[in-house]
Amino acid sequence: MTTPIQEKQAVIIKFAGDSGDGMQLTGGLFTDDTAISGSDLATFPDFPAEIRAPVGTIAGVSGFQLHFGSQRIYTPGDRFDVLVAMNAAALKVNIKLVRKGGTVIINEDGFDSKNLRLAKYDESQNPLDDNTLEGFEVIKIPVTKMTREAISESTLGTKEKDRCKNMYVLGFLLWRYNRSMDTTMKFLTSKFKNKPEILDANHKALMAGYHLGDTMEEFNDRYTVKPAQLAPGKYRSIMGNDAIVLGLITATKKLGLPLFYGSYPITPASSILHSLSKYKNYGVRTFQAEDEIAAVASAIGASYGGSLGITGTSGPGLALKGEAIGLAVMLELPLVVIDVQRGGPSTGLPTKTEQSDLMQALYGRNGECPLPVVSCSKPSDCFEAAMEACRIAVQHMTPVILLSDGYIANGAEPWRYPKASDIPEMKVSFAKQQDDGSHFMPYQRDEKLARAWAIPGTPGLVHRVGGIEKEDVTGNISYDPANHEHMVKTRERKVEMIADYIPEQKIESGHESGSLLLLGWGSTFGVCESVTNSLTQLGYSVGHAHLRYLRPFPRNLEELMRRFDKVVIPEINNGQLVKVIRDKYLLPAVPFNKIQGTPIAHEELFDFALNLVDKG
Amino acid sequence: MAIDSNPNGVPYTLKAKDFATDQDVRWCPGCGDYSILKQVQTVMADLGKQPHETVFVSGIGCSSRFPYYMETYGLHSIHGRAPAFASGLKIANPNLSVWVITGDGDALSIGGNHFMHLLRRNFDLNLLLFNNQIYGLTKGQYSPTSEEHKKTPSTPYGSIDHPVNPIALALGSDATFVARSMDRDPKHLKDMLVRADAHRGTSFLEIYQNCNIFNDGAFEVFTEKDSKPDTTLLLESGQPLVFGKEREKGIYLDGFTPRVVDLAAGGLTKDDLWVHDDTDQLKANILARFFDSPTEGANALPRPFGVFYQTDRPCYEEQVHQQLNATISSLGEGDLDKLLAGGSTWEIK
Ligand SMILES: Cc1ncc(C[n+]2csc(CCOP(=O)(O)OP(=O)(O)O)c2C)c(N)n1
Ligand code: SF4
Ligand SMILES: [Mg+2]
Repeated sequence: MTTPIQEKQAVIIKFAGDSGDGMQLTGGLFTDDTAISGSDLATFPDFPAEIRAPVGTIAGVSGFQLHFGSQRIYTPGDRFDVLVAMNAAALKVNIKLVRKGGTVIINEDGFDSKNLRLAKYDESQNPLDDNTLEGFEVIKIPVTKMTREAISESTLGTKEKDRCKNMYVLGFLLWRYNRSMDTTMKFLTSKFKNKPEILDANHKALMAGYHLGDTMEEFNDRYTVKPAQLAPGKYRSIMGNDAIVLGLITATKKLGLPLFYGSYPITPASSILHSLSKYKNYGVRTFQAEDEIAAVASAIGASYGGSLGITGTSGPGLALKGEAIGLAVMLELPLVVIDVQRGGPSTGLPTKTEQSDLMQALYGRNGECPLPVVSCSKPSDCFEAAMEACRIAVQHMTPVILLSDGYIANGAEPWRYPKASDIPEMKVSFAKQQDDGSHFMPYQRDEKLARAWAIPGTPGLVHRVGGIEKEDVTGNISYDPANHEHMVKTRERKVEMIADYIPEQKIESGHESGSLLLLGWGSTFGVCESVTNSLTQLGYSVGHAHLRYLRPFPRNLEELMRRFDKVVIPEINNGQLVKVIRDKYLLPAVPFNKIQGTPIAHEELFDFALNLVDKG
Repeated sequence: MAIDSNPNGVPYTLKAKDFATDQDVRWCPGCGDYSILKQVQTVMADLGKQPHETVFVSGIGCSSRFPYYMETYGLHSIHGRAPAFASGLKIANPNLSVWVITGDGDALSIGGNHFMHLLRRNFDLNLLLFNNQIYGLTKGQYSPTSEEHKKTPSTPYGSIDHPVNPIALALGSDATFVARSMDRDPKHLKDMLVRADAHRGTSFLEIYQNCNIFNDGAFEVFTEKDSKPDTTLLLESGQPLVFGKEREKGIYLDGFTPRVVDLAAGGLTKDDLWVHDDTDQLKANILARFFDSPTEGANALPRPFGVFYQTDRPCYEEQVHQQLNATISSLGEGDLDKLLAGGSTWEIK
């Protein structure tokens, strides 16, 4: 007997299992299907730091959170409507975040005595039998056993058969949310096109899971989520690091420059190197250097030679690059340095997110060493932020730091992607031999205070550059005291002047003035939006502004902030932007900080902000 | 400033002095760097190099000031990292003639890592290591090439470090051209510079350079007329290893052990000697171990100068561009719209 399909506005699902259970893939495939079904969505993958932590342990739990719905979705959500727990450890880690009355789908085979012991449940305790699951809808499925049965005829070994159990679970969820198996089948067919045996087993497991729903006596509720009211256009799903890659390639194409990417692998930035290295037919040159210093140095060398040099890393790598970035500030050459931030200091929390490199980006170099800092606010925003970083680097002849973080890097969302022809060309020109045969002055500046880009190979422009202080205009070495002060001020002014070439700060949502401004940067975008919406719906005059430009700030920022009684700055760090804002504007901005390696939850920021506006 | 070509693009014939800049040279009077600068400028002119197609890239140190004195493009970078800057530059523009100038501290201490990786990757460029066995610019601390027990401001009781052997390190990094010369032998130096330039791949040339302020005479035994014939061994491919004032001594290879033999003694003759073959990597490794202190006595092995080893191996930047072109021919020139759309898309009307 089938029950009618029920409509839902939004659903939050958490897929959780052992690192070897394939939960990232399951979540990713379910997300792809969700995106195509027209929902808005946000994701939050959460992996352990160890590649293969001991099977079955708490340390080995890998999770993938998906929030989708027929209205705008801003964050991956605070509490799960549905938890898929492939083993006891996954349940233990996640059960506290399932909302009351939520659904817990359990792989019974992951709860034998060994699994319970590894999950550190007490000798006598089995969460499937005690009151742990009270108040939840519990669907127990012996996934391992059922998967093995479904593919009993396959000649694959048991280990390989068991790898198909994620497809069984995926099949069940596709059925439950009234989807077809088409997208997943297309993926499997292309992934395993040379491994027919594995393809067949995955296919059968998927189907078996799908049909389980039809044959089950209980738990045969099915749900549907209507497409969201997104702006008309063509969409795809995009993850942050991939959007950076597309932004970099698009920018260099529009600039007409070869893209050079020098990098040294580090979580969570590595996938930028992986993706870029696939796009050689777009003229992309990638160079896996021997360390971060060589990575940035090679990028500077490439820029010196007329390519756009780009390097990408995370916090520890940015620390190593500092001296070379300082040289780029002195050389006044274009350079883009991407920092996909993670928990610090030192190795910190390599697979967790944090916004704690802002101070390092702004100030983490020797000497007076100013440079523009641009930040990404969500996965799809990485595209434009990356293009902006490239534009500023080239048009203002300066290194630029682009800040993203682990949450944005690995999160996915629908993206209304642009047509290439709708993106304007960007202007860049190299210096040419002067007709009058006059001496080339490498540090002569234009109206933006940018010097000319004179690349080796150009006749008549031979000159020397380096890190020693140089005389204005001629670029000759100079130890003259007054010249040094002049140059320090000039380099500073050049960066500050970029404010004239970037848009004014706008209010993202909510009120243009009023009692409270949420001023965010980076990956707090979603939570600032949703909290602003909730508070304005309650009648509070709250606005949300989100900074893409962290140096220089947009020229109207101060005026905008002063239109509100209070300014709250939520950050996933111990308070960094808030210090800069207070310092620069002498304005009593209030910090809101969470430093747990996870995004700020809606409830947390909502309660904090509500408390402030209520106090009036 | 040199104008490289007339308005029709025909290059002028340049002289050594056309490669000198208008900047005052700031090395201490008597420094070995002057002689190297002069030979490099001469060789540039002899080879018909065009200033605008030539780039000198250096790190930090006395030696690394070199680019400021060359009327070519020049990049004075940061301590130890010149190889990495040069690598990116060569990928950006493989046609440039690139010369990396570095010191013993720059290349082998702070930049030891980059040194090794540059050599194994085999970019087509030349690396000139100015080895004065001291940190010149920072006023005389011992360097990775300093001999043991060296008293310097940072080692008042003598240094403890065992010195690195740059030639052995280069060979160990699979360098494709490994040679040694000295500031005090302009002819030999010029010859080595020309051969380094002719080699496609990373040419490593170690140059013994006297720092007359902080390490004066470090190479005296190899450079002074009196001792030079007995302490140095000039490598010439195809020629037996002979040295000595009267060319009365030679090197005989006894199994894997090199021995100094006295040709005048009537035992072994010239025909028995080791004949240098600069394509033999195994023997180059043995030659690299001719690292005795010349004061060690009559049986001390002489210090070799010349090309230890050279071989052909595809250059890094060449392969980068081959891979780019191969990908373009197999996949077609990348289409931005396809890139932006990615795999699966959907439309909202
Ligand atoms: C990061 C950094 N550390 C230290 C220094 C100081 N420093 C400058 S040159 C040098 C050593 C130079 O020795 P070498 O490479 O042998 O060059 P030389 O002066 O002997 O030619 C040192 C330690 C520096 N400039 N940068
Ligand atoms: S300190 Fe030594 S190496 Fe440096 S310039 Fe003077 S003599 Fe030359
Ligand atoms: Mg030295």
